[in-house]
Amino acid sequence: MSKHEIALEVNGRPVSATVDPNMSLLELLRTEAGGLEVKLGCGEGVCGTCTVLLDGEPVNSCLTFAVQVDGRAVTTVRGLAAEGELHPLQEAFLTHAGSQCGFCTPGMLLTAKWYLDRHPRADREELRSALSGNFCRCTGYTKILDAIEAYRDARQEVSVVD
Amino acid sequence: MSTEIADRDATIVAPEQASPDASRRGAPVHHRDFVEKVAGTLPYADDWGFPGMLHGVVVRAQLPSARIVAIDTSAARAVPGVRAVLTAADVPHNGIHDEASGLGVDAIQQPVLAADRVRYDGEPVAVIAAETPGAALEAAGLVDVEYEELPGVFDPEEALRDDAPAIHAGGNRYVDWRSSIGDVDAAMRSADLVVEETYRSQRVDHAYLEPEAGIGWIDSDGVLTLRVSTQVIEHAREIAEILKLPHSRVRVIASYMGGGFGGKEDMTIEPFLALLVWRTRRPVRMVWTRQESLLARYKRHPFTMRYRTGVRRDGTIVAQDVRIVGDAGAYPLLSSRVLFAATVNATGPYRVQDARVESTAVFTNNVPTSAFRGFGAMQVVFGYESQMDRIAELLGLDPAEVRRRNFVQRGDLRVTGEPIDTGVGVGECMERVLAELGPPSRPSGPHSRIGRGFACSMQPYGRSVFFADRASAWIGLEQDGTMVIRAGVTDLGAGQAASLANIAGEILGVTVDRTSVHIGDSALTPLTGGTFATRQLYMSGNAVLKVARSLRSKLEPVAAALLECEPAQLSFEDNRVSVGDRSLTMAEVAQAAEHQGVMPYVHETFEAETGEFDRETGRGRSFPDYTHGAHAAEVEVDESTGQVRVLKYVACHDVGRAISMQRVEGQIQGAVAQGVGYALSEDVELVDGVPSSTLFAEYLIPSSVDLPDIRAIGLELHPGKGPLGARGIGEPPIGPSAPALASAIQDAVGVRLQRLPMTPERLLDALQAARGASGSVAS
Ligand code: FES
Ligand code: FES
Repeated sequence: MSKHEIALEVNGRPVSATVDPNMSLLELLRTEAGGLEVKLGCGEGVCGTCTVLLDGEPVNSCLTFAVQVDGRAVTTVRGLAAEGELHPLQEAFLTHAGSQCGFCTPGMLLTAKWYLDRHPRADREELRSALSGNFCRCTGYTKILDAIEAYRDARQEVSVVD
Repeated sequence: MSTEIADRDATIVAPEQASPDASRRGAPVHHRDFVEKVAGTLPYADDWGFPGMLHGVVVRAQLPSARIVAIDTSAARAVPGVRAVLTAADVPHNGIHDEASGLGVDAIQQPVLAADRVRYDGEPVAVIAAETPGAALEAAGLVDVEYEELPGVFDPEEALRDDAPAIHAGGNRYVDWRSSIGDVDAAMRSADLVVEETYRSQRVDHAYLEPEAGIGWIDSDGVLTLRVSTQVIEHAREIAEILKLPHSRVRVIASYMGGGFGGKEDMTIEPFLALLVWRTRRPVRMVWTRQESLLARYKRHPFTMRYRTGVRRDGTIVAQDVRIVGDAGAYPLLSSRVLFAATVNATGPYRVQDARVESTAVFTNNVPTSAFRGFGAMQVVFGYESQMDRIAELLGLDPAEVRRRNFVQRGDLRVTGEPIDTGVGVGECMERVLAELGPPSRPSGPHSRIGRGFACSMQPYGRSVFFADRASAWIGLEQDGTMVIRAGVTDLGAGQAASLANIAGEILGVTVDRTSVHIGDSALTPLTGGTFATRQLYMSGNAVLKVARSLRSKLEPVAAALLECEPAQLSFEDNRVSVGDRSLTMAEVAQAAEHQGVMPYVHETFEAETGEFDRETGRGRSFPDYTHGAHAAEVEVDESTGQVRVLKYVACHDVGRAISMQRVEGQIQGAVAQGVGYALSEDVELVDGVPSSTLFAEYLIPSSVDLPDIRAIGLELHPGKGPLGARGIGEPPIGPSAPALASAIQDAVGVRLQRLPMTPERLLDALQAARGASGSVAS
């Protein structure tokens, strides 16, 4: 198998690697880029646990090939806020108990952030649909939605003041 | 004040901790594991590694019943990078599990690696370690096992026949339980009506999002150490037995789990990882794939439950006769205990003067079944609640009224002859959920029908009392007044560690941000027993409470002398010990204590209440206490497709006292989500012991759009036996969903399903049958 040289950006930092053509983005992130916050739940593209943003769009990193991301920008949950800080959406998950075991949380946060960036006034039912590709086995989703709505409302207040 | 977490390259300040009130009860307090979870920095089992570690895989049988004629591992060994290929012959003591029931059921050993027989599809036959995951997988494909296929048996009823192929030497009837009170046959004859129905539940997967994973190594002092996703660090002893090592040479560290729900209560990867580490003397990592987990990790028991209930015309139950058969699969694991729990809980929160419950766990060539949230006591909720609705229907009575007439009260006897010795809040919970659903929704289309239903439950928490359960904990103060708690509890994500910090904080006044909780290390933390049976709040919580109180009484004389007051006048709050307006910091108290030779730490053991149970008569003490509750749901059923949509859901439980109401709600909501999946879609379907699919795509757990908001109500009605009056809430809310939804579906379209899951296909079939039976032409 021929190896490929790739270069990408992970949370704003340059990463380069030599990869097999069948290596997944998930594996690349976890093994070459220190991205242990990206979790493997199924490897089938079903559970959304492995969600990352690729040039700002959510993808299942388990089904994305590493070679596909050459020259592109990946955001994981650790790219949501500056190091040492929590993004307000992460704070909302904390305050509203949107995380129990926490295994789904990285993917959940990225999907929610992406969706609200595009639909800042999304209502609860739209948010519910937006999360349909991210499974959670612990929370029943109710508190996750509470957290996301609280973040949406706080953000709107801020922008009104601006 | 701030909570700082050590991270690989960042320090994160938890936002809510900035407020000095944050530690007070009711105010949000974020234990550090939750801060790390939202930051993405919590190291789960597969997030640890060692330079030079090997990668382990399990080689599994691909048929459910066979004799192993020979295993040739030479090709596998020849793969470059392979460091070990082990089979049954390489296991020092090839047997797992002693007798699990605690009541003298015959022990049947389960091999770590199948030696001469394969008893289920996916049973481990060999284990491999290699330098790369790829080499390990390649070698796994080259292990050549010669099988002679044997006839299998896959249906528990068939397995009980005399001519069925025997799965173990003693036959397929693994264990029988029987409990009875009064004279059920005479009472049945005196009934105005006898209602007999059979209810069936299915095989379910835990489907936590974190697959089974971990790493093992030989530590510098020669101790075999495993850091794994497990609910039970006490398995260290079993691992030592398998390797014939002294117990003191095996250490298990439990990482924070990405979900457990009972599926990480039995050992998963541990014995395989231990064998490979022990043999190669190298660090080894093992992670099961999702598909492997769906294939071979132990499931929830499918039950067949026959209920015969004698009632008076007014709905009063006069006789209850229950027969349960549970499919144990190929090995015992915890089946004896699961069926025990089913037996003693089969009559639900209803008075039984004359009752009999019999149950049997049966071996089949199906994947083994074992612990799963609800543990036998949840399947029977579908039985007894469906039966209550059926009784109401046949008598033309209101189903809520039938329940009101029969609810147990404190002091009433259970089928085991033991009294219920704490308050019973099931009635209040039922009234509450019935009042909460609000005005009915409108159907969204011409084929849609709206329906409502509810169900009640009573499920135990804590281990059966004849286990004489114990939990130990250690609490100490550092010289700067920060607190350290050590307890062997494992954390499934329900905030087990956080709860301990809250409880100790209430007594010692140390805030959560000044507390470190060390959990889950069989070598370094006092053992508490595993996190299962909704026992940790009860056990570790009570242990921590006891230790905190005893540490406080050690510190009180020291502080009282300095503050020139009586010990009883002191208050411990906000990291200070005070009397009136004079106070000391915790650091001052800790330093003074140590200076005087009063060491500011305590280690003690909490002993749960104990009791005897007689297996022969089926009478005695079973569980320490129960959590009661009721759920109500509204559904929309599409008569043309059989699709059921849950529109509204309310769940209410009497939690005695909430250590954290937010965590109580979270437990209820999560259990309901699993209960709805169990009710409507989840099913590990086997065809002659072989799964029809091992894809996660085919195992339908509820996604966000499959559930409405779940309104969770925790009532603090009757104090339980947990710390400060709390009742366990981890498992009890999973039971009522299935019968509540069955009842809502019946309300919508007039047919009652008695088999789970209630899939669109089954509902369409039932609708068609009902139309055929009534002779009417469907529109
Ligand atoms: S791990 Fe990628 S979708 Fe499940
Ligand atoms: S919090 Fe455990 S899977 Fe979502």
